[in-house]
Amino acid sequence: MSNLYTVSPSPHIYSDDTTRKIMYRVVYAMIPALLWSVFVLGVDALRVTLIAIVACLAFEYIIQKYLMKVKPSITDGSALITGILLAFNVPSGIPWWIIVIGALAAIGIGKLSFGGLGGNIFNPALVGRVFLLISFPVQMTSWPATRQSATDALTTATPLGIIKEGLVNGTPIAQISKDLPSATDMLLGNIGGSLGEISALFLIVGGLYMLIRKVITWHIPVSVIVSVAAIAAIFWLVDPQNYINPLYHILSGGLMLGAIFMATDMVTSPMTPKGQIIYGVGIGVITISIRLFGAYPEGISFAILIMNAFTPLINTYIKPKRFGGN
Amino acid sequence: MLKTFKKGGVHPPENKLSAGNPIEVLPLPASVFIPVAQHIGAPATPVVQRGDQVKTGQIIAKSSSFVSTNIHSSVSGKVKKVDFQADSSGYPKQGILIDVEGDEWVEDIDRTEELKKEFDLEGAEIIKKIQEAGIVGLGGATFPTHVKLVPPKGMKAEVLLINGVECEPYLTSDHRLMLEKADEILVGIQLLKKAMNVEKAVIGIENNKADAIQLLSQKSKEYEGIDIAVLKVKYPQGGEKQLIKAVTGREVPSGGLPIAVGAVVSNVGTAFAVYEAIQKNKPLFERVVTITGKGVAKPSNFRVRMGTPTSALVEATGGLPEDTGKIISGGPMMGRAIASLDVPVTKGTSGILLMKKEESKREEVIACIRCSRCVSACPMGLEPYLLMTLAEKQIFDRSEDNKIMDCIECGSCSYTCPSSRPLLDYIRFGKGKVGEIIRSRKK
Amino acid sequence: MSITVIYTVATLSAIGTSAAIILYFVARKFKVNEDPRIDEVEGNLPASNCGGCGYAGCRAFAEACVKASDLNDLHCPVGGNETMNKVAEILGLEAVKKDARVAFIRCNGTCDHRPKTNIYDGATTCSIASSVYSGETDCQWGCLGYGDCYDACDFDAIELRSDLGVPKIIDDKCVACGACVDACPKDLIELRKKFPKERKVVVACRNQDKGGVARKACSVACIGCGKCEKECKFDAITIENNLAFIDSDKCKLCRKCVPVCPTNAIIEENFPPRKIKVEEKEECRTAK
Repeated sequence: MSNLYTVSPSPHIYSDDTTRKIMYRVVYAMIPALLWSVFVLGVDALRVTLIAIVACLAFEYIIQKYLMKVKPSITDGSALITGILLAFNVPSGIPWWIIVIGALAAIGIGKLSFGGLGGNIFNPALVGRVFLLISFPVQMTSWPATRQSATDALTTATPLGIIKEGLVNGTPIAQISKDLPSATDMLLGNIGGSLGEISALFLIVGGLYMLIRKVITWHIPVSVIVSVAAIAAIFWLVDPQNYINPLYHILSGGLMLGAIFMATDMVTSPMTPKGQIIYGVGIGVITISIRLFGAYPEGISFAILIMNAFTPLINTYIKPKRFGGN
Repeated sequence: MLKTFKKGGVHPPENKLSAGNPIEVLPLPASVFIPVAQHIGAPATPVVQRGDQVKTGQIIAKSSSFVSTNIHSSVSGKVKKVDFQADSSGYPKQGILIDVEGDEWVEDIDRTEELKKEFDLEGAEIIKKIQEAGIVGLGGATFPTHVKLVPPKGMKAEVLLINGVECEPYLTSDHRLMLEKADEILVGIQLLKKAMNVEKAVIGIENNKADAIQLLSQKSKEYEGIDIAVLKVKYPQGGEKQLIKAVTGREVPSGGLPIAVGAVVSNVGTAFAVYEAIQKNKPLFERVVTITGKGVAKPSNFRVRMGTPTSALVEATGGLPEDTGKIISGGPMMGRAIASLDVPVTKGTSGILLMKKEESKREEVIACIRCSRCVSACPMGLEPYLLMTLAEKQIFDRSEDNKIMDCIECGSCSYTCPSSRPLLDYIRFGKGKVGEIIRSRKK
Repeated sequence: MSITVIYTVATLSAIGTSAAIILYFVARKFKVNEDPRIDEVEGNLPASNCGGCGYAGCRAFAEACVKASDLNDLHCPVGGNETMNKVAEILGLEAVKKDARVAFIRCNGTCDHRPKTNIYDGATTCSIASSVYSGETDCQWGCLGYGDCYDACDFDAIELRSDLGVPKIIDDKCVACGACVDACPKDLIELRKKFPKERKVVVACRNQDKGGVARKACSVACIGCGKCEKECKFDAITIENNLAFIDSDKCKLCRKCVPVCPTNAIIEENFPPRKIKVEEKEECRTAK
C-alpha cells in the first residue's frame, strides 16, 4: 500500500484556514469583553459564562450522539461560541437553570433541529436569548448593579430601559438624563446590563481583531451601526426634547454586541457584500424601530432574527457581479 | 500601484523552488511514448507503423482536422508499436511507442544556438508554418495556436498579450525561459504579431520575477511595439480572461472569446516555440518542464523531449523522494494528479510536482458554514458554494442560470474553503453535465 | 364579553362562507374535463413515480396509456405484466407480455480480484471520479464503488459493500426502473431478464481491453477468448471488443459456459449446488 499514489481532482493545495480556526478566532475576539464583564459584574459573570458553555457543549454532544446518531462535533468551536454569546445576552444574576434552558433552546432548536452547523437559519444564541426573554421576562431583565455602582440598589435599569420608560411616559430627555450614565461610561462599560453588552469599547476591540484576521468583513457591522445612527439622528434633530442623541443609541444596549458578533454570524448572514449591506441596513432599521416604537426597550435580537429569515432570499436575488456580465 | 485583475483571486504560497536553476537538457530516455492527442481538438492520425525508422522532428501523426495538430517524433529510433497508455488525463490514450536509437535529426532543422532576428514571411505563411510545426498553447491549455491566430469572421485582433505570468505556485519553466531565451521569445512575438497583423504586444509578468522583468524591459526596446506590463502577484492571473483584464482593463464577455475584446493571448513558451519553428525550422517536440516539490533533492528545469516518461525526469533530480504521496502533472492549482510515473511528458506538461505524503491528503470535509470565502475568491464572480450544491443535487437548469459555464476551473474556491469542501470537483461535474445539455439543445 | 364572542364567530363564519362560495364558482369555471380513465389507470399503477417507463411519473404514464392506440411501447416495469393487464382491461386494449427484468452490475472486480494501484481522494461519487481518471485500479472499465447507483435507487435495492468494493443488487427489491443504469458512468448496469428463483448466468465484466491487459488489471476479467461462445448451444453469447456478452433473452441457464471460462468471468448465481459464499471482509474501498 505504501507505494500507491493519491489521485484527486485539482487543486492540490489548500489554504491553512480551517473552520475550526475561524471559530476559535471568534472566541478569542470575545475574551476582552468577557474579562471586562467579570471585572465589572463580579464572579457571577464568570459563573454564567461557564454554565452556558458547559450546557451548550453538553447538549450538542448528547443530541448529536444519541438523538441524531452522528459523530459529535463539539470540538469545532461553534457550540463554544453559542455558549459564550448566550452568556453575553443574559443578566449576570440569572438562575443557572434558566441558562440551561436557554442553551437547550439555542443548541436543540436553534441549531441541531436544522441539521447542525451550517444548516441553521437563525443565529442559535439569539434563538436561546429570545426564547428566554419571552419565557422568563422578569429574570431576563433584572440586571444586578455593577460593583462600582454608587447606589445601594440591588438591581439597575439599563439605559435603554430608562429611555423607553421616558418615551412611553412622555418625559423629556432632560429630566431622565440624570438617571442615565454618561457616554464615556457606556463606551467603557461602567454600566449595568447583560454580560456582553456593557462595554462597547471591548466589543469594538474584538471586532477589529476579527476584521484583521479576516473572520468578518466591515459590511455588516458598519451598515447596522450607520443605519441605526442615521435614523436616530433624524428623530433627534427633529425632536431633541423626546429623543436621545444617536451616539447614545449606538453605545447602549446590545447594539455593538449584535452588530459585531451576532449579525456577522457567517451561517446566517448573506454571502455577497451587497447582500450583507442590505441585511445590515435591515437590522439597523428594525432595531431602531423597535427601540423607538416597539414594546421592548431593546430590539437588536429580534431584528437580527428577522433578517436571518431574509438571508436565503437575499442570497437568491443579490448575486455577485459576474465577470464579463452586464 | 501595480496592475492586476479586480475580482477574486487568492495568494497561495509561491514555493518557486527551482527559480534559480538554469534549464538543463534532459538525457534521452530509452524509449518514449508519444500520445497522438496532446492538444485540444481531434487526435492526430498515426502515419507510422511498427518497425518504421523515424528521425527526430519527423511527422509521426498527422493533424486530422482544422482544430488538431501534427505530432512529431521527439527522438530518432524504431517504432515499437502504436499502443494505448494512460496519459495525464488518467485514461489510456493512443500513442506511438518509440525505442530510442541515437539522436538523428531531420536534416533541415537548424540546430545552432545562433539568434536569427530577421524574417520576411507573410502572415499567412507564418500561420501555415506554425500549423505544420504542431504548435499548441504551451501554458497548459494546449489549444492549437494556428486556430487562435485566425480570428472568426467580423472580428479583429488589436493587441497580442503574452503570458509570462506563471501564477501557478512551484512552476518556473516560463520564468527560466524568459531569462535564458529573451531574444528568441521577442522574435517569436514579432512573428506572432505579423501573423495576426497587429501592431502591439504586451508581455504580462508578475512582480515576483524582477530579473525577468528587468531583462525583458531592456531587450524589448530593440523591438518595435512590445511593452512589458508588471503585474501584482495574484492567482489566477495567468488565466486568459484575468490577464486581459489586468493588462487592458477589458472584460471578456460571459461566454465570449478573448477576441471579442480584441485580444489574443499566447504563452511565452509558445512564442519561443514559434521562433524555433520559423527561424530554425524546428517543430514542437521538446519543451521546458519544471520538476519540483518540497522533498525533491534538486528542483530543476529541464528541456524535455515529448513522450519522455515522468520517471526519467524524477531520476534526473536525484530519484523519487521516499515519502512521495502524490505526483502532479502541471501546477498544484490546476494540474492533474497522475497515478503512475509512466505517464509521458506532452505538449501541455509545464511541470511535474512531487508532493509529500502529508501534503497529499485532503482534510476531512465538514459542513459549509457559508463564510462566503469562495464567493470572494472566485475570479469570475460566481457563487461556488451554490454551484456545488446545485451540481450535487443535479439541478442543472439553475446551475446554468447561475453561470456555471463561466467557471475557469482555477480552483480558488476549493483552495480557500475552510471546511475543505470539494467545490471544484462538483462544479466541474455540473459543468460537464450542463455542457452536454447545451450541446444537445443546439442539435 | 359575550357580544365580542358572538361578533367574532359571526364574522369568521361569514368570511368562511363567502370564501366557500367563491371557491365553488372558481372550481366550476376552471374545471378541466379530463378523461376519467386516466385516474382509473393511475389508480392501478404502483405510484412509485420512478420514471422507469420513460415518462415523468405515474400520471404522465397513465395519460400516455389513455392516449395511445396500442400498448406495444408502453410498459410499467415496476408493476409488470399484472399491472399492464389491468391497464389494458380498463382501456380495452391488448397488453404485450414482457419479461420481468432485474438490474445486474457487470463487474466482479472486488478488492481481491482487482488490486488497487492508487488511492482516490476526491469527492466520493463515481461520476466525479470517472471524470478525473480511470479509477483506483488498472481496469478503466470496472466499478468505481462510490455508489452513484445506490444514490439513484429509490427502492433500497442496492447495497453498498465496502468489503467487496462493488455494490450488490438485491433482486427481490429491484423493480428494473433503470435509474441505476443511467447513473453508472461506467455503463456497467444492465437490465436482464428475471429468471425464476433469481437465477442468473452473467459475464460479470465490461473490460474491452485485450486479454493480457485485462487479466493484469483484474483476475476475473473477461479476456474475450471466445470459449464460452463456442460452448453455447443457444447463440446467447456474442464476443465484441474482446468482451463476451450473454443475451439473457436467449440464455437457457444451462450453465455450460461457466466452467469453460478460464478467468471465472462468468458467474452463476442462486443455483443450489454451487452457491457462492460471500465472506465478511475488511473494508477495502471507501464508499459512502
